Amino acid sequence: MTARDLLDLVWIVVALPLAGSLILLFFGRRIGEPRAGWLATGLMALAFVWSLVMLAAMLSLPGDARSNTVTLFTWLPAGNLDVPMGFLADQLSVTWLLFVTGVGSAIHLYSIGYMGGDPRYSRFFSYMNLFVAAMLVLVLGSSFLVTFLGWEGVGLASYLLVSFWFERDRAAVAGKKAFITNRVGDFGLMLAMFLIVSTLGSLDYAAMDAGAGGIAHSTVTAIALLILLGCIGKSAQIPLHVWLPDAMEGPTPVSALIHAATMVTAGVFLVARAHPFFEASGDAMTVVAWVGASTALLAGTVALLQVDVKRVLAYSTVSQLGYMFLALGVGAYTSAVFFVLCHAFYKGTLFLGAGTVIHGSEDNQDIRTMGRYRRYLPLTGLAFVVAWLAIAGVPPFAGFWAKDDVIGDAFYSGGYALWIVGLSAALFTGLYMTREVLLVFFGNERFRAGQDAPVHEEDITVSPTVDYGTPPAPARLHDAPKEGSRHMVVAALILATGAAIGGLMNLPFEPLEFLTHWLDPVFEGVAEPHPSSFVQGLSLEVLAAIIALCGVGISFFTYRRGLENLDEDPIDRKLGPVARLFGHAWYLDDTVSTVVAGPGRRAANWLTYVVDAKVIDGAVNGVGWLFVQAGTQLRRVQTGYVRQYALGIVLGLVALLLYALVRAGVS
Amino acid sequence: MNITDTYYLTFAAVLFSIGAVGFLVRRNVLVMFMCIELMLNAVNVTFVAFSKTLHDISGQAIVFFVLVVAAAEVAVGLAIIVAIFRRRHGSATADDIDLLKH
Repeated sequence: MTARDLLDLVWIVVALPLAGSLILLFFGRRIGEPRAGWLATGLMALAFVWSLVMLAAMLSLPGDARSNTVTLFTWLPAGNLDVPMGFLADQLSVTWLLFVTGVGSAIHLYSIGYMGGDPRYSRFFSYMNLFVAAMLVLVLGSSFLVTFLGWEGVGLASYLLVSFWFERDRAAVAGKKAFITNRVGDFGLMLAMFLIVSTLGSLDYAAMDAGAGGIAHSTVTAIALLILLGCIGKSAQIPLHVWLPDAMEGPTPVSALIHAATMVTAGVFLVARAHPFFEASGDAMTVVAWVGASTALLAGTVALLQVDVKRVLAYSTVSQLGYMFLALGVGAYTSAVFFVLCHAFYKGTLFLGAGTVIHGSEDNQDIRTMGRYRRYLPLTGLAFVVAWLAIAGVPPFAGFWAKDDVIGDAFYSGGYALWIVGLSAALFTGLYMTREVLLVFFGNERFRAGQDAPVHEEDITVSPTVDYGTPPAPARLHDAPKEGSRHMVVAALILATGAAIGGLMNLPFEPLEFLTHWLDPVFEGVAEPHPSSFVQGLSLEVLAAIIALCGVGISFFTYRRGLENLDEDPIDRKLGPVARLFGHAWYLDDTVSTVVAGPGRRAANWLTYVVDAKVIDGAVNGVGWLFVQAGTQLRRVQTGYVRQYALGIVLGLVALLLYALVRAGVS
Repeated sequence: MNITDTYYLTFAAVLFSIGAVGFLVRRNVLVMFMCIELMLNAVNVTFVAFSKTLHDISGQAIVFFVLVVAAAEVAVGLAIIVAIFRRRHGSATADDIDLLKH
């Protein structure tokens, strides 16, 4: 069997988690509690192994012959448009395969411990497997439509998982918010596909590679911007980022999966995959870069004031995704992919750590009532600290290499404004992550300092973010926080290792740029930004590291003793009136809610009660009314008197005779 | 006195008019039925008159068809009238027979 034959079997990677999902859906209850989790985890691990086999097969081929398309069957034969169910295995999709299945396996392992005792245990793992399978279809699709199939599958699975504990209003609302916000983006992606079919006549990526350069500039810009709208929705960029922080209502492993592996990186993937359109347009690239840069900065400021351990991380992800889009926008695709990989490791670790913290402290998520957890959760603390150093950009951890790459690329490409925004966002990354780490794992112990009253959950029918501003009173814990089970700790440590050494994948020295060389054939013909000299590259790296360390330092001196008063966050005082703006997430959620609930609802009401009820129903009912009236009038003719009918016949006869006579007279 | 077409045709027209008016003004079903026969035969007279003038035999042939149809009509029509008489105990007013209206 040659390497190419082996690559034809790439569908097995998708089939494994999909099979797991179906088995657990139908027989999950019978399989029982720990075994269902192990089954799902085992299948994920097998998928990871098979991805490694794919990698090995690819490495045995020469660099430009590694791309392989396999058509499983004809999916939609529709006249001229023939959409095959095809999987495209190339360097880009295999990179995604590896980290989705790898990080996914670790998160599955973690879930075995985290979800223990849940009444819908097997259902949870069924959804998780479905989530991963959908993501794999997304990255492996050989055409936009197959990718879209996975794209929608990811949306469905995220909805099911975010509102997994649907008994709680907040979770149900958050699930709906995630789904609907994503639909807005999906709409853009669908329009993009319509445009692609009408211009290129095919949705295959091969057709895109060949034909993107020949499309009119305005058309290709429209296509690229519509694809970007889809990616903004899926990858939580401003202004469609609002669903991601609320998605924290789901179980923590779900958050980890969404943020590290399966969902939000889909937008980055699609922009990278569809880069011929963006490159052909040029203008669209600028939009991508600015969307990314503004998201990175804005979300960073919001993360600074959150008091929920998971919401800090959620806004942090939004901010980090902004970096990835910034990299895509300046044409540094390899840096973006590198960032995705490193982010998967450290954000996965952070979420698993946060999950253990929440699990070990009676479901408390309020960082104001934590502190000095390193005493109680030493191993989780270790993993968390490593991931913190990585995300803050402290050398030599993974985040340093990835982030400095991106910020540097913005400079090399000539976008100095983008570069400054990127640097400021790096400062905020250092600030908010250090704040979280110090408040949770260091400083003074505060878990007994809260109030005794249980945190009651009021009936919330709007988004949790909109209600932010007056966080609920911090609760007091009864027992000391506990370290997680073995599965949880091991999974977190595995990912933390990746966060520590992930930078080795692409060190910025010519012979060590493994990822760049690996991805080179995918981004053939694209001029990625490069430093003009080694000194320039080095000085920019050092500058970025110093900025990041400044953020860490400021936060360290603010929070090194923890919190003296639970209700008084020093950063609140320092920022003054701006704190309110940041804390309310720039009032974006409130604005959306107000617009949708106010003018939006009124417009919908107008459509329902005026346009639909009066105009459309009016037309339909009007036709009916017309015939009823005509019938009512005409039925009077039907008297039942034979003589009247006869009279009619006679009169008609006379009229005909007269007509004949007149005509005869005329001619 | 020379008998011309005009005489035949005028006779036929008068006969037809009597039939038509009779059909319209009378209520008794039997009388209305007889009026129909009058009209049919007025038409027959017209056919025969033209046949004679134009030396075309087909006009007379059509008269036979009309007679056949009239005979069939009488057979069916009289049966209906008898049935109506029986059901309505001796009255056969056309205006009473208006069930189809409802």
